[in-house]
Amino acid sequence: MSQSPDAWPLWEVFVRSKNGLAHKHSGSLHAPDAETALKSARDVYTRRSEGVSIWVIPSSAVVASSPDEREPLFAPSDDKPYRHPTFYDIPDEVGHM
Amino acid sequence: MGEEISLEHRFQAYVDADNKVEPKDWMPEKYRKTMIRQISQHAHSEVVGMLPEANWITRAPSLRSKLILLAKVQDEGGHGLYLYSAAETLGISREELLDDLLAGRAKYSSIFNYPTLSWADMGAVGWLVDGAAIANQVMLCRTSYGPYARAMVRICKEESFHQRQGYEIMMHLAAGTPDQKAMAQDALNRWWWPSLMMFGPPDDQSPNTAQSMAWRIKRKTNDELRQEFVDKTVPQVEFLGLQVPDSDLKWNEARGHYDFGPIDWEEFFQVVGGNGPCNKERLAARQKAHDDGMWVREAALAHAKKRAAASAASNDLKTSAA
Amino acid sequence: MKWATCDLADYALRKADDTLVLGQRLSEWCGHGPVLEQDIALTNVALDLIGQARGYYQMAAAWRADGSTEDDLAYRRDAHLFGNHLLVELPNGHWGDTLARQFFFDAYNFFLLEQLSKSPVEEISALAQKAYKEVSYHAQFSAEWIIRLGDGTDESHAKIQQSVNRLWAYTGELFEDTDLDRKLDGAVPLPSTLRADWLQKMREVFALATLELPDPNAYMQKGGLHGRHTEHLGYILAEMQYLPRAYPDAKW
Repeated sequence: MSQSPDAWPLWEVFVRSKNGLAHKHSGSLHAPDAETALKSARDVYTRRSEGVSIWVIPSSAVVASSPDEREPLFAPSDDKPYRHPTFYDIPDEVGHM
Repeated sequence: MGEEISLEHRFQAYVDADNKVEPKDWMPEKYRKTMIRQISQHAHSEVVGMLPEANWITRAPSLRSKLILLAKVQDEGGHGLYLYSAAETLGISREELLDDLLAGRAKYSSIFNYPTLSWADMGAVGWLVDGAAIANQVMLCRTSYGPYARAMVRICKEESFHQRQGYEIMMHLAAGTPDQKAMAQDALNRWWWPSLMMFGPPDDQSPNTAQSMAWRIKRKTNDELRQEFVDKTVPQVEFLGLQVPDSDLKWNEARGHYDFGPIDWEEFFQVVGGNGPCNKERLAARQKAHDDGMWVREAALAHAKKRAAASAASNDLKTSAA
Repeated sequence: MKWATCDLADYALRKADDTLVLGQRLSEWCGHGPVLEQDIALTNVALDLIGQARGYYQMAAAWRADGSTEDDLAYRRDAHLFGNHLLVELPNGHWGDTLARQFFFDAYNFFLLEQLSKSPVEEISALAQKAYKEVSYHAQFSAEWIIRLGDGTDESHAKIQQSVNRLWAYTGELFEDTDLDRKLDGAVPLPSTLRADWLQKMREVFALATLELPDPNAYMQKGGLHGRHTEHLGYILAEMQYLPRAYPDAKW
């Protein structure tokens, strides 16, 4: 990214919409520091009571898997159908399991 | 070279199957450039679009309407921000995007180069301009670039009140005193044609449409969207008891659509090219906000650095004490 | 109730005028802020203040019981009938001027609402409890900006110190006890009783901001509570009230 050092850094915003649910990525914003990022996240991403809790994380701190690795990372789990409940035939008479 | 072509084929097959493209996925350079151009134009439109409506916040005729308008213009700012965020996932910074806007290299929706002359314009802009924007945005919720599609979903959810509040203003005016009704008709007269132009040039003159359709960035052509808008809006005009300023407008039973008169594309291209009534004012306002804000942004960053240094120093102290 | 409803109405009007005029001023920033995030943040403050103003006007209208509505009170009174403090009608100036004005008012409003939320007059305490939450956030927001600008760059330090010095003469009025406050003794706090906490807050934040606190005993401007305003209010109202004034029979 060609962001100059004079620009406010970018932060990723995660909002928990209600207790019991996980924080979910909402978007990003620019702020000079973490406290401001948190306040701006409140102002920008919860204008319609969308949240009860917010995380902000410097975008530069996100470590992402590369799409080139998608096959080695995720393909191996495709051929493990025995991890899914539908793999097993249980007679209907047994009832819900 | 051969590899590049096969990658492009794979990409095309991938979007053909209605898959979403995510930031780190391989994409043709031209797709990336097109996305940056389109998302940033969209972001600039939201931010520049704050200005004509902000023009009436301090003159809103009731406390309720003042709050609604203020919230709405603020929403446009939020939408600009979501879109800048989406554009930034493509490896360009907001700073660069703003530089392009202020230097006149980037475009924004030409509708915002028209002036807002009366309170009825707040109604007409919300109803027609946001209405036209929503038609476009609903389509973009299914666009192939993931971050753009996600920003659009959020925006569409929030925009739904914008068009309704605009129409509500028109209803009050149309049912009000003769002065108010005249105000409403005048606003409709001035905003009708520019709203139809918002969908862009006719399909046979739109150089980017075919590629954008192929890449599933756009899902409908300019003319399709424009026709849908006219079909939907004419009955709304009739409900208000106002007149569409188009003597050629009539229902075509055979087509199942309204026929409408020719659009003045010369005007459109003049406004896009910088000769609209407010082009200079709009950019000057953005430039002024940017320049006046410089020392503020610098100060906040300088303070953050001081704080970070101080907290690093106190951590060092703790470590050495331990 | 042991307090006259006409006095309560007048009091609610003063609070309404304060919050409306300041909200109106802040709304001038919308679309022109130094960065999108802060534009949105400041507009949130404006929305809260205008929302509070509506609450106060509705309350005043109910106590007046003369058929007037919130909009009549906001849009059909001339400047000499407005009872807001002079501070809130001063022009926005630059970001530092706006935030200094905001910080002075937010800190005052915070301590005021803290007391009003305990008022035995139910209408007042209900509104104050809701507003108190909003204003706690405002006060933090503006204090942080004072600190950031004060302890930012040399340029910002000089600018915000100048803003503070220039606006200082308009802070004394916030703590002026009037007959109305005395008549409502027990229902609302005497403004002078809020001053110590306010000054303490100023000292704390100014220290963090590396700013000099102006002389608390300096000469102070007054008059707003008695309808004698700066030249600015007339223009604010001319703009704000123009439509209802130009089309007196229209409903919007």
